Amino acid sequence: MSRAEAKRSYPDLGQSERFRYVLRLADTSLILGQRLGEWVGHAPALEEDLGVANISLDLIGQARMLLSYAGEIEAAGRDEDRLAYLRDQNDFLNLALVEQPNGDFGCTIVRQVLIDAWQLELHTWLEASTDQRLREIAAKAVKETRYHLRYSSGWLIRLGDGTDESHARVQASLNDLWKFTNELFSADEIDVLAENAGVAPRLSELHSRWSVRIDEILSQATLTRPVDVSYGWFGKRGEHTEHLGHILSEMQFLQRAYPDVTW
Amino acid sequence: MSDDQQNWPLFEVFIRGRAGLEHKHVGSLHAADGQMALEHARDLYTRRMEGVSLWVVRSKDITASDPDDADALFEPAKDKIYRHPTFYEIPDEVKNL
Repeated sequence: MSRAEAKRSYPDLGQSERFRYVLRLADTSLILGQRLGEWVGHAPALEEDLGVANISLDLIGQARMLLSYAGEIEAAGRDEDRLAYLRDQNDFLNLALVEQPNGDFGCTIVRQVLIDAWQLELHTWLEASTDQRLREIAAKAVKETRYHLRYSSGWLIRLGDGTDESHARVQASLNDLWKFTNELFSADEIDVLAENAGVAPRLSELHSRWSVRIDEILSQATLTRPVDVSYGWFGKRGEHTEHLGHILSEMQFLQRAYPDVTW
Repeated sequence: MSDDQQNWPLFEVFIRGRAGLEHKHVGSLHAADGQMALEHARDLYTRRMEGVSLWVVRSKDITASDPDDADALFEPAKDKIYRHPTFYEIPDEVKNL
């Protein structure tokens, strides 16, 4: 039974907060999908080219559904394309983790494991959200995400438990990216309102489940879990690292240069 | 393309199109082991819902017939047309056989 059908009643989530919450999920999938797309033609093997591209396409598909929904909530006439291509950097609400550069293949894999495990717990929870559209989107996304984590964790275990060099490289990437995981579980006002409305999970609970998964993968990969840091970027509040602007300049170029162009 | 990738062994991929059909050979790919080969096969060969089940097997584990032996292996069957089920009258009521 979904939380919507449960007897308990929840306070309503305001239109603006719901819009921003959905936009956070949408932008996180969109920017990560765009990042992974950079590997096309450059992956270590033809087979990985296809593997990474498949994940990228899944994420962009999720982003399209979420952006369309966000546009409907906003009710200001913005569709998925306008939201994706005609917003500026500070209006993007993706997690800062997903805008970090690809680095080497191992670095991309580390970033992917961290976010896949988060999305898997999130989508699993959202299947029982009070928000019907999020329930429907999550039901489709959760199957894709399960495969993403299988792919990324499989590679992390191979690389971590591989040669001295591959181990050192992924451990360094893990140490480097870990500070961005703080944002995944630090609830701000919108997260709390969404949680109270039964729309979104309690982030501290998500953190516990994520930690169990991550610890198991790191242990198999013979990697050391870095120490948590108490600060972090808050991409979900529009505070981005220097990298997002570069992604957008490439992603949005065509619509900016030739407004409303179609093919 | 790195040396490591070229060192990955070759696998043959078989897909079952849908329940009830047999697995069919669709192609090959490189992977470090069977598990990775399965994931590559999923990504390379089932992008358009081609199947419901995958098999992968190392190409080197397949024992294949030698084309030079084709005469000895396959010629003898040529003049035994009585092995084909073409000499039966099929009743009209039988739709599929």
